[in-house]
Amino acid sequence: MRTSSPLYGKGLRTLAIATALTLTAAGVLIFFYAPLDADQGVIQKIFYVHVPLAIVALCGFVAGGLMAIQHLRTGDRSWDMRSYVAIHLSIIFGVGVLITGSIWAKRSWGHWWVWDEPVLVSFLIVFLLYCCYQPLRFAIADRERQARYASVFAIAAGAFVPINFVAVRMAVQEVHPRVLSRTGNLPGDMQLTFLVALAGAVLLFLTLWKLELTSKNASEQLGRLRARLEAAPPSGAAPEAPPAPVGVS
Amino acid sequence: MALVLASTSGKYVAAAYLVFLALVLVYVVIIASKIARIERELHALAEQPEKQP
Repeated sequence: MRTSSPLYGKGLRTLAIATALTLTAAGVLIFFYAPLDADQGVIQKIFYVHVPLAIVALCGFVAGGLMAIQHLRTGDRSWDMRSYVAIHLSIIFGVGVLITGSIWAKRSWGHWWVWDEPVLVSFLIVFLLYCCYQPLRFAIADRERQARYASVFAIAAGAFVPINFVAVRMAVQEVHPRVLSRTGNLPGDMQLTFLVALAGAVLLFLTLWKLELTSKNASEQLGRLRARLEAAPPSGAAPEAPPAPVGVS
Repeated sequence: MALVLASTSGKYVAAAYLVFLALVLVYVVIIASKIARIERELHALAEQPEKQP
């Protein structure tokens, strides 16, 4: 049995280095390059972490739905695992969005939360919807049914995310600042900083997604290997070759 | 920049970025501990046949 092979997925190290470099560059740009906002001052710098996290979290939910479609189409369980990890990570990013947004709101509006603002409430609804995903998933013991029902949930909820986003954009009330709009309301240096921060958030999501998938894949392989060893006769005979990966490298 | 971050608004900004860092750090520590556990179990399995008579 080979144990010397690395337990991280292919390309994970390169991805992690690229993420670290991009996030460092984003940090330097945010605190040493981007000018202070004339209206909001230094508090506006929260947006360089809050907005990229929100965009990546929402895209992660949609990606989870697309992977779930692939699972139902092909029956390949590795797609269900990819979908699960994408949604799990998006929920964690969502926690970051809600906390950083509340910190900004407390300083700018004087309240941690404003219930009549569509952007905030709609994001909370999406977040709470996905918080039901894990209890639903782990309430089902049978792994095949668990994967199938979780995929159906991921597709339905994933379709709700863009609909919800468009509905909010069409809402009349606009207390919540719009960072991205057709009029291009960010000056060049702020836009560059924002784009680097967004790239950093995307890379961070991909790195953590791959890391968790690698961990889950290794755990699954280990479980199967242990089962094979337990099933093998105790005569010291050499076990069979290690099981092939589930499809996630 | 240090002076800006020392202001009241700056403390809010620092808090937001610390929350982000803490989230990522906690997540990475949890995954790293899982991978370390898998590695330990794998080593235990690798040594198992050698111990058998």
